[in-house]
Amino acid sequence: MLILECPCCGVMADETELSPGGEAHLKRFGPGSTDQEFEAYMFARKNPKGVHFERWRHAYGCGKWFLAARCTATLEVFGTYPAQVGAPPQDLQDKIKAKRPEWKGFQ
Amino acid sequence: MSNAVSALQGASFEGFVTVREIGPLGMISLRAKADVTGLEAAFAALGLTLPAHRQMTGTTDKGAGWMSPDEYLILVPYAEVASALASLGQSLEGQHHLAVDVSDARAIFRIEGAKAGQVVQKLGPIDVARLGPNELRRSRAAQVAAAIWVEGEGYTLVCFRSVAAYVMGILKASAANGAELG
Repeated sequence: MLILECPCCGVMADETELSPGGEAHLKRFGPGSTDQEFEAYMFARKNPKGVHFERWRHAYGCGKWFLAARCTATLEVFGTYPAQVGAPPQDLQDKIKAKRPEWKGFQ
Repeated sequence: MSNAVSALQGASFEGFVTVREIGPLGMISLRAKADVTGLEAAFAALGLTLPAHRQMTGTTDKGAGWMSPDEYLILVPYAEVASALASLGQSLEGQHHLAVDVSDARAIFRIEGAKAGQVVQKLGPIDVARLGPNELRRSRAAQVAAAIWVEGEGYTLVCFRSVAAYVMGILKASAANGAELG
């Protein structure tokens, strides 16, 4: 059972209260971008074994979107943070690096 | 004009706890961020206290609850909704907010008895043991969204009116005699 702490309301939310939103920190390519850029934005997703950043929505709670860092292999949750950022907070990145030295870092 | 009635017209059930549908109750959904100027005064003008993060103030008959970082639930007697809306509009004039009467869009239940917590516990992921005395917890009851808080010897549950019969059904099953935990 996946339990994530919603950074907007502080509830330890059970998986069944949440809606998944796919990969986090996507850069949007809209009008004016090339076909390759748009195709990559629409369809290309990371599928790592290990550290992954994801979007989640606290659908049955406060209704807000937030982001979570999680390990896809062990399901360990490294942390959650508000969605209004362009990259994971540095302290979270440091924490992940300490736990997973082989992780290549956020890019 | 027809009389206002609650979704299940006050249905009740006696199991190892009592489940009652109460209402009609006046409910206003107020969308406003906590830092909106005059928000506290707007609540005070209604005789209410602005609830803190995930808290509930007042009672089910007249109270206010924190629903999300930009949403509050205001509970007033059914007949006072129009005047409460007018008061909110006046207090928050010029501020970014939205206040809507949702009284007839919701259903409200009371779950009362010494083991009422068990009935709530069986319906969803709420950690009943860790629920504070004035905490409002939004979660789900089986398959539908619900908000729950502790009041007196029991719990109050708010859900959408369209699923009132479903919620009454699951509450009955959860509160049936012989379905106690442990």
